[in-house]
Amino acid sequence: MMSAVVATHPYIEALLKGHEMPRGGISWLDERRAQALERANALTVPTTRDEEWRFTDITPLTKLRFRPARATPQLAISDLSRFLAPEATVHLTFVDGVFAPELSANAGLPYGTVVTSFAAALHTHGAVIEQHLARHAGFEKELFAALNTCHLRDGAFVWVARNRKCPTPVQILFVSTQQETVAYPRILVVAEAGAECTLIEDHAGLGDEAYFSDAVTEVAVGEGACVRHVRVQRDARAAFHIATCAVALAKDARYASHAVTLGARISRHNLNVTQQGEGSEVRMDGLALISGRQLADTHTLMDHACPNGRSRQLHKCIVGGAAHAVFNGKIVVRPGAQLTDSAQESRNLLLSGKAQVDTKPQLEIFADDVKCSHGATVGQLDQEQVFYLRSRGLSPNRARNLLTYAFGAEVIDRIPVPSLIEQLGEMVLARTQVVGDA
Amino acid sequence: MIRPDAKVLLEVKGLCAKVGGVEILKGIDLTVRAGEVHAVMGPNGSGKSTFAKALAGHPSYEVTGGSVAFDGRDLFALAPEERARRGLFLGFQYPVEIPGVSNSAFLRLAYNTMQAARGKDELDPLEFDDFARGKMKLLDMDPGFLDRSVNDGFSGGEKKRNEILQMALLEPRLAILDETDSGLDIDALRVVAGGINHLHGPGDAVVLVTHYQRMLNYIVPDYVHVMGGGRIVRTGGKDLAFELESRGYDWVRAAA
Ligand SMILES: Nc1ncnc2c1ncn2[C@@H]1O[C@H](COP(=O)(O)OP(=O)(O)OP(=O)(O)O)[C@@H](O)[C@H]1O
Ligand SMILES: [Mg+2]
Repeated sequence: MMSAVVATHPYIEALLKGHEMPRGGISWLDERRAQALERANALTVPTTRDEEWRFTDITPLTKLRFRPARATPQLAISDLSRFLAPEATVHLTFVDGVFAPELSANAGLPYGTVVTSFAAALHTHGAVIEQHLARHAGFEKELFAALNTCHLRDGAFVWVARNRKCPTPVQILFVSTQQETVAYPRILVVAEAGAECTLIEDHAGLGDEAYFSDAVTEVAVGEGACVRHVRVQRDARAAFHIATCAVALAKDARYASHAVTLGARISRHNLNVTQQGEGSEVRMDGLALISGRQLADTHTLMDHACPNGRSRQLHKCIVGGAAHAVFNGKIVVRPGAQLTDSAQESRNLLLSGKAQVDTKPQLEIFADDVKCSHGATVGQLDQEQVFYLRSRGLSPNRARNLLTYAFGAEVIDRIPVPSLIEQLGEMVLARTQVVGDA
Repeated sequence: MIRPDAKVLLEVKGLCAKVGGVEILKGIDLTVRAGEVHAVMGPNGSGKSTFAKALAGHPSYEVTGGSVAFDGRDLFALAPEERARRGLFLGFQYPVEIPGVSNSAFLRLAYNTMQAARGKDELDPLEFDDFARGKMKLLDMDPGFLDRSVNDGFSGGEKKRNEILQMALLEPRLAILDETDSGLDIDALRVVAGGINHLHGPGDAVVLVTHYQRMLNYIVPDYVHVMGGGRIVRTGGKDLAFELESRGYDWVRAAA
């Protein structure tokens, strides 16, 4: 099926050109793709005149030429070992958007836990997928979610049965290797009632190619279930990364997001968490560490739609060079969502005079018996701390690095995967050295 | 211990310094030789901490006149970290809290930096842990303080102990201890003073900034200096501290 409608922008047209609807012969899936395609054709490319994109000018992305990805390059698992967390004995790898079974390991999972590609899962868990896929991440108004959904071909499916616990963290690694290609990473996580799992969603660039990664992740957390979601965006420094993550929480569900943004020239991360039942508990941690001319935009939405919800959010940005960080944290407390307890904190560290941060809390509260707090700070390294360290023999650079690292550590140290704490800690230290000199 | 032939560690001549555009130090002269203990006393705001920080190289303190030789070198030609590496140590009146940096990592980094500067071996985390615990014992300090962030949430007295722990680890040649006794309880004062005495030897010197004679019962000074209005207005032996304790500062000011 070729698109009949003419897209609103040559860029979208280019992305949709030659778009062949993947045919699985599964009618509900074909239907959702077709709807998404229709929206992708109709929606316009966001500009800085759109409130939601005020600070994030994606013009450079729309100027990127695209080439179809060549056949998946031959990668060895050793090429990826620097990304893989040793704890995650179960992992799926996608190379330039294509599932790479030879670089994945998903055997040996206990009964009640499934980690596999859509293609395989559609046969065994079709009903679950049908219930959730493209049902949480809306594409009606979201161009990039629509683009991802109409290209929906392969992705990662993680399912944990009722009252089961996935014994190890599950890592889903999307690695991009080719210049001027587009990938549409997709993840669906379903934790049934009382289930528990830890997901590591990892977007990585192998070199310094300029590519576009348009990702969508959906997480459904069942009643009393618990999902820990670590997200590492370490795409190539010339890449573009736009991602939406939609999380739906049933009664008494627990969800923790730990999102670390290091890569891409321009990145955008939308995290939308919706309470669909009472008493759920949410932690949203974010850390963006950027420098040079990078732009990292995080938009979060915490939707307290039911009573007794609790959310804790800490978003930190460390910005060096002439980089620009954006944080927009929206908290909605809907009518009737009484006894909501919500706290948001945005803390930002500017390492240079040209670095920039735009941070904006957005509270929309329609219930009266609630506790909501928010705060934002933007600052530089504390000169008294720098002097204290220097007075103990540390060089100014060492002192600044240590303090920058410490600033990020609050977020990193809460990541529920020890090897990632160490790895990211080292990356932050290494990066701050660069940032510090910039 | 006064030995007239001992090496001069610190030679301050006519030191003037400004902070926030205001001249605070107005010509300080002070000579400290190896082996000596000097006490610096004086009313609040007389410039004691300013003097200490100017020596340590705090960037907010602008030296506007005079000279300081440390171990025969022009102190002001050295960056703060170089001063530290050459053996100058400032025990802060108000130690800085650094949330997120573990005390053990900080102490080890400082220790290893100093070891490297002295051409000695560095210690890995495990070795350092043992070494640090030994020093903590000397100061009757709970090893649990290694696992906490630097000074973060430490009580006033705990911070001071942590300063002396750093002194014990870094083994400075000249330790300037700015009101280390303030905030310490009676027992802690004895322990910490004992630690300082233990660390002090004929090759190094200690400058104690203090308000109270009590500290000087434990660490007996060779000289007591009284600061006033950004100068040293009187110098005497340990008896001067007793005299100040009973008579206050007014008579010194009047005599100056
Ligand atoms: N940034 C600044 N701008 C202006 N004046 C300052 C600044 N910092 C310190 N001062 C002043 O310098 C003077 C000396 O301060 P200093 O801290 O050296 O005193 P001190 O002798 O250590 O006092 P204390 O016994 O209370 O510790 C004080 O009057 C203080 O207010
Ligand atoms: Mg003082």
